[in-house]
Amino acid sequence: YIQPLFPCQFSDSAGYVGFANLPNQVHRKSVKKGFEFTLMVVGESGLGKSTLINSLFLTDLYPERYIPGAAEKIERTVQIEASTVEIEERGVKLRLTVVDTPGYGDAINSQDCFKTIIHYIDNQFERYLHDESGLNRRHIIDNRVHCCFYFISPFGHGLKPLDVEFMKALHGKVNIVPVIAKADTLTLKERERLKRRVLDEISEHGIRIYQLPDADSDEDEEFKEQTRASIPFAVIGSNQLIEVKGKKIRGRLYPWGVVEVENPEHNDFLKLRTMLVTHMQDLQEVTQDLHYENFRSERLKRTGKPVEEEVVDKDRILQQKEAEVR
Amino acid sequence: PHAGPLESKNQAAMSEVVPEPRQIPVVPMKPMGINASLLGYIGIDTIIEQMRKKTMKTGFDFNIMVVGQSGLGKSTLVNTLFKSHVSRKSSGWNREEKIPKTVEIKAIGHVIEEGGVKMKLTVIDTPGFGDQINNENCWEPIEKYINEQYEKFLKEEVNIARKKRIPDTRVHCCLYFISPTGHSLRPLDLEFMKHLSKVVNIIPVIAKADTMTLEEKTEFKQRVRKELEVNGIEFYPQKEFDEDLEDKTENDKIRQESMPFAVVGSDKEYQVNGKRVLGRKTPWGIIEVENLNHCEFALLRDFVIRTHLQDLKEVTHNIHYETYRAKRLNGNGGLPPMTVETEENHESNL
Repeated sequence: YIQPLFPCQFSDSAGYVGFANLPNQVHRKSVKKGFEFTLMVVGESGLGKSTLINSLFLTDLYPERYIPGAAEKIERTVQIEASTVEIEERGVKLRLTVVDTPGYGDAINSQDCFKTIIHYIDNQFERYLHDESGLNRRHIIDNRVHCCFYFISPFGHGLKPLDVEFMKALHGKVNIVPVIAKADTLTLKERERLKRRVLDEISEHGIRIYQLPDADSDEDEEFKEQTRASIPFAVIGSNQLIEVKGKKIRGRLYPWGVVEVENPEHNDFLKLRTMLVTHMQDLQEVTQDLHYENFRSERLKRTGKPVEEEVVDKDRILQQKEAEVR
Repeated sequence: PHAGPLESKNQAAMSEVVPEPRQIPVVPMKPMGINASLLGYIGIDTIIEQMRKKTMKTGFDFNIMVVGQSGLGKSTLVNTLFKSHVSRKSSGWNREEKIPKTVEIKAIGHVIEEGGVKMKLTVIDTPGFGDQINNENCWEPIEKYINEQYEKFLKEEVNIARKKRIPDTRVHCCLYFISPTGHSLRPLDLEFMKHLSKVVNIIPVIAKADTMTLEEKTEFKQRVRKELEVNGIEFYPQKEFDEDLEDKTENDKIRQESMPFAVVGSDKEYQVNGKRVLGRKTPWGIIEVENLNHCEFALLRDFVIRTHLQDLKEVTHNIHYETYRAKRLNGNGGLPPMTVETEENHESNL
């Protein structure tokens, strides 16, 4: 360290240089530019994904929703649907993209249902890599998936085989945040049991879900620990306003009572939302520094042939070998 | 997007770098509506805090170069700017040393901290510039140094396994010292700035401004501004990089009225009206460095450090570096080929 000529205490003092103002300069530029964030939601039909997204961001994801019947679903493969919305709050602009995956887990045989999703994620990496390596890099759009909410059914006893396979296939490509949906079908005890089972199974299978970074010195360590301890978040979504004690709140009205979305004693909705918005920066960083860099180095190490060609080559080689043996 | 003529030439070169992507089906983006009946606060403005924390935690690099004849007060000025002994002359170098026979490039790094923000400051001095009898092409070693830093960064960037934070040694700002002759720019000044304004942010300053009266200063500044304009020299902040009207208004004022800053440097303190100030003591009075009535040092300091520090870095990264990179990827475009070091553990795609 260099000793300053005149040790400074106050910004007006003789020793003040002024580069402590840099974060403000960065702030100003960031606010002008705005932010981008892509969130993917994956889970079987009917787990409340769309309702939860609408609750989180106060949006209207499917204004005229058409829900296909079972017979139609037989023929359906997994679709990828991306929707964008611009949200502005206190001068900060966010361009949020929600990537929905209708059809996931619907088919009788769900063997390949996450291949489409993997391809989508890889394609965004591929596109970014291509743009980043190009000549004109002034306006690269970042459509890489920064976070994936994976919806676990509250009706089972833990993870289903499909859940395990999906998370194992994707934990090296995207930040996975497991979410237990429709948590109002469980009592608090059942919820705890389910959470514990899910965590055990995640650890058993070596699945790497998104880890919250350690709290900074000025952050509430206890709050962070509480948040960590609640994963997977058990949430309820709703966009219906119900009057409770004279106030209008979002909730679900049952004969036996009202489930309040934003009541921390009823579910983890607030925790999930807080976690997401206070970690957008970190989620982007981990996507860039870990998942994207992995993709990039794998991609560049290969002989340079596009992925499909290589797979076809392997198949052809295998076939040749089989023919030789016969 | 379809490739234009320039781009398609590079697609061939690019295919060794990144293989052509197969046909990626474009997923169309639907616009999502906002549910107006639901009022509430989501909390996305906290992302600003997150960025601020990140900036404070990681600290930042800033590299400033000083160019000008011997004796124009470059080292003193840099020390004054950063209120620390950061220049070459303060780091154990002999004040009486001889003028070097060629232009030398001397980079000295320091870490200084203020208000929780850590800055790794590198001051790049260029002794010997303009001091020879024959100063032809004396800017070449400087241009070479600047390009070498771009090359270093580029090599790191195309590495297969690359560092999370690429160390940034690129020159963000070049202070060019104009001698206070009171007449006009010298031919060397014009030649240097013409060549270098294309590769680096140049901020011209009038050195040792305490040798001019206020009227002489105003006249000289006007003349210098005119000469720079007539010769097409784009100094920082460059007109073409103003991002929006707000920037343009602010920068127009700086370009047309304040620059070039007429400065005085000092690392000595004196007592004036009960306050300790940085200054130069003469029989006819004390020149207060930070007094705007005496000289424009405070304007320079505020400009470089307090308001445009981040922008200097961004223009270097987004404009100058990208220009260099595009030339390199285009197969040398006029640059002599760089010798590529072969290191065993240095896999790259160039």
